[in-house]
Amino acid sequence: MSSLALTHARFQLLETLRIPMALIGSAFFPAASMIFFVVPFVGDDRTYATYATASMVTFVVMTSNLFQYGIGVAEDRAQPWDPYARTLPAGAAPRFLGRILAGLVLMVLSLVPVVVIAAVATEASVSAGGFLAALGAVVAAAVPFTLMGLAIGYSLPAKAAIVLAQVLFFPLAFGGGLMTAPGGAPGFVEVIAPYLPTGAAVRLMWAAVGDFPLQPASIAALLIWTAALAGVAAWAYRRDEGRRFS
Amino acid sequence: MMLARAMDVTRRYGTVLALDHLDLDVHAGELVGLLGPNGAGKSTLVSLLTGVRRPTSGRVELCGGDPQDPATRRALGVTPQETGLPGALRVGEVVDFVRAHFPDPLGKAELLARFGLQDLVRRQTGGLSGGQKRRVAVALAFVGRPRIVFLDEPTTGLDVEARHALWDGIRKFHADGGTVVLTSHYLEEVEALASRVVVIGGGRVLADDTVAAVRGMVAIRRVSLTLAVPVPDLPGVIGTERDGNRTHLLTPDADRLVRDLIAHDVPFQDLEVRPTSLEEAFLTLTAA
Repeated sequence: MSSLALTHARFQLLETLRIPMALIGSAFFPAASMIFFVVPFVGDDRTYATYATASMVTFVVMTSNLFQYGIGVAEDRAQPWDPYARTLPAGAAPRFLGRILAGLVLMVLSLVPVVVIAAVATEASVSAGGFLAALGAVVAAAVPFTLMGLAIGYSLPAKAAIVLAQVLFFPLAFGGGLMTAPGGAPGFVEVIAPYLPTGAAVRLMWAAVGDFPLQPASIAALLIWTAALAGVAAWAYRRDEGRRFS
Repeated sequence: MMLARAMDVTRRYGTVLALDHLDLDVHAGELVGLLGPNGAGKSTLVSLLTGVRRPTSGRVELCGGDPQDPATRRALGVTPQETGLPGALRVGEVVDFVRAHFPDPLGKAELLARFGLQDLVRRQTGGLSGGQKRRVAVALAFVGRPRIVFLDEPTTGLDVEARHALWDGIRKFHADGGTVVLTSHYLEEVEALASRVVVIGGGRVLADDTVAAVRGMVAIRRVSLTLAVPVPDLPGVIGTERDGNRTHLLTPDADRLVRDLIAHDVPFQDLEVRPTSLEEAFLTLTAA
């Protein structure tokens, strides 16, 4: 990792953190949902509280990456600072890596309140091994949503990107079964959820922290989503660079 | 030593032709003013020479290398558009960010002092006045101890004092051997700094000469008068416009035109003689 990528990451983080409203969407709402829905309704039930926390973590991974990259990239592309930064003696890699790093840091910042609330205010618990497995699941889930965000950010202007990210996130959350306990979603959701990126990711998370069985078909679906979104993101990135900068 | 070169460069955006087989050489130590109306192709030419875009055909060189190669751009300094500064960041942070890209940047304190920005170092760029933003933008071009800088409208919107301070800074860089390419709408700015002027219009070089020569070429006056009768055919009039009951005559020699109007007993009222905007002058230059 070059220090220039860290410089770019720091630059992006400063920009985001100076306007704390930007963090509210990704950090405040999941924390508030924990306090208002998870804590009072399933907080006393160890199994359900743990699953609900895992669902909320998946929710944060999705929204934070989808909005961070989808809207952030689209807005940056519109700034005249972007063509200036291209005249500095650095290739595209440090900028790109810096953006990904900054996104990861913001995702972790948004996850902390959810995890802390779960540990302090609910009976949710997880073994050390389960926690490590959940960390792995967070990484596995972050990749496709990062790519989805980048695909949106590089292919649409900012206003359209905001709308698309908002239009996508609710059906993805609901359809993936993030709003309901494992096995508790309406029938059609239970059928499609394992094959949506959200559903596949949360199933991985449930398996990490509880007794939920791993479903090979669901894991395969997550991998296919990741590959497909990587293709779309790479296409959008090249098309954008080609259009604006060739 | 050639520091910036465009060789038979054409650049299209879809069906729009921004640059049309253009050639330009900038030698080390020159201070070149690039003049032209909006849409003439100035910014496209600069974006090719600074590695932001690629030509559709032809070749560009920067310091003997390809401007698309990041290593070549270590010798390059560019001003961002003032509106492009990241608003939430402090001046000092933006300077640090740019410094991190260069192997041997100017010291932060030295750079800030040179452009009179010491007092602004803790201020967020979004809260600066237009003139302050402009000074920050120009300062950023000099961060990496460049051999060549491209300055885009460096003093537009500055008050007289700030403008002269900035001009002194640019002259000092040039006197120390630096090469400057200055783009501007304003002949005054180019006149104050540059020795050579390149006029671009319609994606081509219309004129490439000394300031005085180009000044002569574009020194068109607009003589306006209220007339009830049609204007007689007078020598030296290169353009006529009617606007209500006002008639505007464009001429390189306003003194002679006024004498001729009087000699011909033209019953004019409200005579007014003004220098044309550079844009109007370019139009006549393009039409010629």
